[in-house]
Amino acid sequence: MIEFRAVTKRFPDGTTAVDRLDLVAGAGRITVFVGPSGCGKTTSLRMVNRMIEPTSGSILVDGTDIASRDPAQLRRGIGYVIQQSGLFPHRTIVDNVATVPMLLGWNKRRARARAVELMELVGLTPELAKRYPAQLSGGQQQRVGVARALAADPPVLLMDEPFSAVDPVVRTSLQDELLRLQSELGKTVVFVTHDIDEAVKLGDKVAVFRTGGVLAQYDEPGVLLSRPADGFVDSFVGRDRGYRGLSFVSSDGLPIGEVVTVRVGQPGPAEVWTLVVDEERRPLGWFDGRSAGGGPVDADDLVPGGSLYDTGSGSLRAALDAALSSPSGRGVAVDDEGRVLGSIGADDVLRALADARRAGAAV
Amino acid sequence: MNYFGWLFDPAHWSGPQGIAARLVEHLGYTALTLLIAIAVAIPLGAWIGHSGRGGFLVVGSANGLRALPTLGLLVLLAGFIGIGLLGPLVALVILAIPPVLAGTYAGVRNVDPAVVDAAVGMGMRGRAVLLRVELPNALPLIIGGIRSAVLQVISTATIAAYVALGGLGRFIIDGLAVRDYPQMIAGSILVALLAIVADLVLAGLQKLLVSPGLRAVPGRRGPRAVPAPKTADPAARAA
Repeated sequence: MIEFRAVTKRFPDGTTAVDRLDLVAGAGRITVFVGPSGCGKTTSLRMVNRMIEPTSGSILVDGTDIASRDPAQLRRGIGYVIQQSGLFPHRTIVDNVATVPMLLGWNKRRARARAVELMELVGLTPELAKRYPAQLSGGQQQRVGVARALAADPPVLLMDEPFSAVDPVVRTSLQDELLRLQSELGKTVVFVTHDIDEAVKLGDKVAVFRTGGVLAQYDEPGVLLSRPADGFVDSFVGRDRGYRGLSFVSSDGLPIGEVVTVRVGQPGPAEVWTLVVDEERRPLGWFDGRSAGGGPVDADDLVPGGSLYDTGSGSLRAALDAALSSPSGRGVAVDDEGRVLGSIGADDVLRALADARRAGAAV
Repeated sequence: MNYFGWLFDPAHWSGPQGIAARLVEHLGYTALTLLIAIAVAIPLGAWIGHSGRGGFLVVGSANGLRALPTLGLLVLLAGFIGIGLLGPLVALVILAIPPVLAGTYAGVRNVDPAVVDAAVGMGMRGRAVLLRVELPNALPLIIGGIRSAVLQVISTATIAAYVALGGLGRFIIDGLAVRDYPQMIAGSILVALLAIVADLVLAGLQKLLVSPGLRAVPGRRGPRAVPAPKTADPAARAA
């Protein structure tokens, strides 16, 4: 657990970067600091490992005031990942990852063995161990950065815009990977970003800062999207927040309707949309009975389906998107194995949303 | 007149005043100068680069010292200190310090700030940051500074002969005194060759010492060897 108690940071030139911050980042949770540039989010993060000293107030990590700790010792117990990865260009990947264990006095063999373990954990093949950072892609470098931060198994992880320098596709996969890692490791993570979508996706709780270092709102992402504290948060959270907020509403109780399915080669029903499935009842696409005129379903005639609504991990957003993106207007609901369970319409989702509101969900 | 006959006459190569002995003397002056210059300039440049304090000192002194006429300095020092090794040595050290100092300072200063930030943030103390991160990354520029100092010292060490010391400069100064041009030419060629060989040796050393990770994107050499596209053909351009 990380606790900010009335923390203020004023720089020598008189600007206030952080203004009386009171905040608790829960143990084993991802807490995201988000806000426009100059809002003090990075300064707040860097005060946790004493890269910046607060002007007043105190910060407690697991109950201990960090001002009483030797800075270098403190930092060895806190993982640190930064935007430009900051990998040592003159050291191989395995030696980069082994940095903190070596600082802690582990012998070289044990530190390297640990480093290779960590590389596998973050999805890097061991063949990369002997390469140098310049030989890796940006996404791979960030993975190495995460592995390096985790090498000595610190309970706390600080991540300063770690994924903002890579392209959107790689960023998405790194975010998914971080969530997977976190579900295994349960670190206390503080994550800084300027990207509200990233904040909402990753954060168990999200702290929105405004310029001048004032904490504007600190809430769970669903609450942030549905009940912004003020106009600033509302405008920062941005467009489509109503739609995006559906991500945080459970789709339990959403009724799943029937869907007519057909296999390739069977005669397709005329005048209606029919879902084409394979032997395992996995969806292949839609068959448009109006244009095909009742002949057998040909694999070339399939209209690509929209997104799939996975009932296991489902949110109302996934259900609504499935309905809206389907050519037939009916979203395809599937189980964990990807097999068709039935279909849903956009009006079903809206009814479920109304029910959830009546039941008091923060929507 | 055969200008190169002197150089290839075996009689000139041996003996206490032969080419071999002068070569060893010349290398000795160079090595001694470099050792002192490195011992002064690398710690100083590293500290200034690491702490960020006194950078103006490096730039100012490096430029100022370069403008100093070495021969004038030598005569001045000989006047103060007297004839002997010390005068030329001081002059050569003053000549050698600026490139090494500037190279070290620039090398440490140019290390990616994110790399230093990560090093500190992972719990390295100042000394470890300097020795394990900043200096290894500064090495290409430090060695570059040393190479440039070596070239200057080898060529300028000829002036040691001007104050009655040995080295390859002897052939030039003595040759000039008696208008023995073949001897002067031999001395000049030997100094130039020595400089080239020394630089090649240091280049080899640089390859051995500098981490492969610091070479400009290793493993990308392949694509650059691809022949230019056919449109670059002069005939095609003319058409």
